[in-house]
Amino acid sequence: MSDTPVDTNKRTWLIASTCAGAVGGVAVAVPFVSTFQPSEKAKAAGAAVEVDISALKPGEKMTVEWRGKPVWIVKRTPEQLESLNKTEAQLADPKSERKPSELTPVYARNQARSIKPEVFVAVGICTHLGCSPSDKFQTGAQPSLPDDWNGGFLCPCHGSTFDIAGRVFKNKPAPDNLEIPPHMYLSDTKLLIGEDKKA
Amino acid sequence: MAEFKEISPDASAGEKLLNWVDNRFPASKLYKEHLSEYYAPKNFNFWYFFGSLALLVLVIQIVTGIFLVMHYKPDANLAFGSVEYIMRDVPWGWLIRYMHSTGASAFFIVVYMHMYRGLIYGSYRKPRELVWVFGCAIFLCLMAEAFMGYLLPWGQMSYWGAQVIVNLFAAVPFVGPDLALLIRGDYVVGDATLNRFFSFHVIAVPLVLLGLVVAHIIALHEVGSNNPDGVEIKGPNAPKDANGHPLDGVPFHPYYTVHDILGVSGFLLVFSAVIFFAPEFGGYFLEYNNFIPADPLKTPLHIAPVWYFTPFYSMLRAITSEMMYVLIACVLAGAYFGAAKTNLPKVIKAGVVGAAVFVSLLMLSIDAKFWGVVVMGGAVVILFFLPWLDNCAVKSIRYRPDWHKYMYGVFVVNFIVLAYLGVQPPSAIGERVSQVGTLFYFGFFLLMPMWSQIGATKPVPDRVTFTPH
Repeated sequence: MSDTPVDTNKRTWLIASTCAGAVGGVAVAVPFVSTFQPSEKAKAAGAAVEVDISALKPGEKMTVEWRGKPVWIVKRTPEQLESLNKTEAQLADPKSERKPSELTPVYARNQARSIKPEVFVAVGICTHLGCSPSDKFQTGAQPSLPDDWNGGFLCPCHGSTFDIAGRVFKNKPAPDNLEIPPHMYLSDTKLLIGEDKKA
Repeated sequence: MAEFKEISPDASAGEKLLNWVDNRFPASKLYKEHLSEYYAPKNFNFWYFFGSLALLVLVIQIVTGIFLVMHYKPDANLAFGSVEYIMRDVPWGWLIRYMHSTGASAFFIVVYMHMYRGLIYGSYRKPRELVWVFGCAIFLCLMAEAFMGYLLPWGQMSYWGAQVIVNLFAAVPFVGPDLALLIRGDYVVGDATLNRFFSFHVIAVPLVLLGLVVAHIIALHEVGSNNPDGVEIKGPNAPKDANGHPLDGVPFHPYYTVHDILGVSGFLLVFSAVIFFAPEFGGYFLEYNNFIPADPLKTPLHIAPVWYFTPFYSMLRAITSEMMYVLIACVLAGAYFGAAKTNLPKVIKAGVVGAAVFVSLLMLSIDAKFWGVVVMGGAVVILFFLPWLDNCAVKSIRYRPDWHKYMYGVFVVNFIVLAYLGVQPPSAIGERVSQVGTLFYFGFFLLMPMWSQIGATKPVPDRVTFTPH
């Protein structure tokens, strides 16, 4: 370094102009970062889906697409509904009390997590990391499942298990029950997924 | 500015041209500094092939990548078809594509070997800390590059792998869901995601990667290469010849360029064999499920990342809510050790205990999912700190206490076991083993300041061990 004394006036202006430059730089970054957000087109693509479930027999499941996600509709058998009592003690959140506003609409805050006990509607996306769990409706011992399995869903990615009402078992990677989308019955066999009465 | 050099009018046209260039651009100077007069220790063994091989694979990836982009379509409706078009209709397209997909796995094999070499010979120790840090940054870029590249074929594994990894970011408290949205550009992985990953994969990350490679090599040539003995050949006390060149060094060119040609030949032999006879490598290099087009409604029954990510993926899966209690116990034990067994000032001790209690409370209140992400990220980030964790008196494994060799042996076995478990479907036993493995992995690094000092080191020779052949 030279021995010339620091010109404080010049330095003040250097600092000021650097700050001004930095502010400009940040301002320019805003539009660039903003382009990462979902586009208007992506935001608009969230319309409700109408589903006819008259052909669905007890024990069967159908999948429809809503906002790019799989939505399951399962018609549960009486045995499957009965199994919900047995699993209760092994669940992390049997009464769907966690994040109720996001995961479970008011009309599904019951044991079966549904409007009609036998018809289960849920977003088929694991609350862990977003895989779609597979059906494991068959009861009893099988690979990756406990020996006293009562039927439900198994996430192939990280082994989270859910009972037939989409309630997550304790000590699994998934923190929460499966999401129940807003839905309503247009008639006895017609479901509207993505909207409910209060909307 | 350097002195303008005049050249004799009798010089040949070539010499005149070179002189003309040298007066305007340091061509000869760069050539000498980095090749013909870069002295590298003469006792390199086969482990030293992997640096130049990494460079070779980088070139293969860039060249094949350029040609793939000429035919590939980054569009959710067309991507899968365009890859199959490359495979079936573009003349020799299958070869270029298999070179690129096999090259990705080869890159990781070579880089893992290269990193292991650094680990056992202490190549990250002073004064080579920045060489190591740049190298770790390259590794991180490579992981990003591989992850985003894997989405492009738009197969089932591409889709669900990206879905899982992007959702990892959603686990961050408060900002997570918005962050994941910002990465995807949509509410689920879709066309917007594919397009931006394509942009990152072909432009952004490769540019950063190339810059880091240059920084890695400049830093290396500044401090000089380490060697299997961990002896400094360019130090003030190292023996030199009349010109001041190290007696234990040889010029990189021609000695190591020729040496590396042997490595390149061996590598290309194996690389070609894989490309021509087993390009999918039994589902490890290209997973079978990725030959099915992406279906957002159905996750394949068994999804696993490509093999090179699986050790880290295992650690992610190992963090369950049960495991959190073990981790909290580790944090508190560490704080107890810091407070009761060390001679730190009281203020720092109080800080350590306070921080440990605070972290434990966070660990109790935030989902295990988030900590799984922290552990997975931490497993990579911890590598950056290696130069400051190792307190052993000597650099090279050759002169470390014998039990260190077993320690490194267990580390390698543990890494391979974690990798294996990451490929397998989740199981109760696998979960336990991966939990133990995760603790060992972190223990290896975090306790290194202690364990690396235990045991008697062997005397380090003054000169490198070298027998002419």
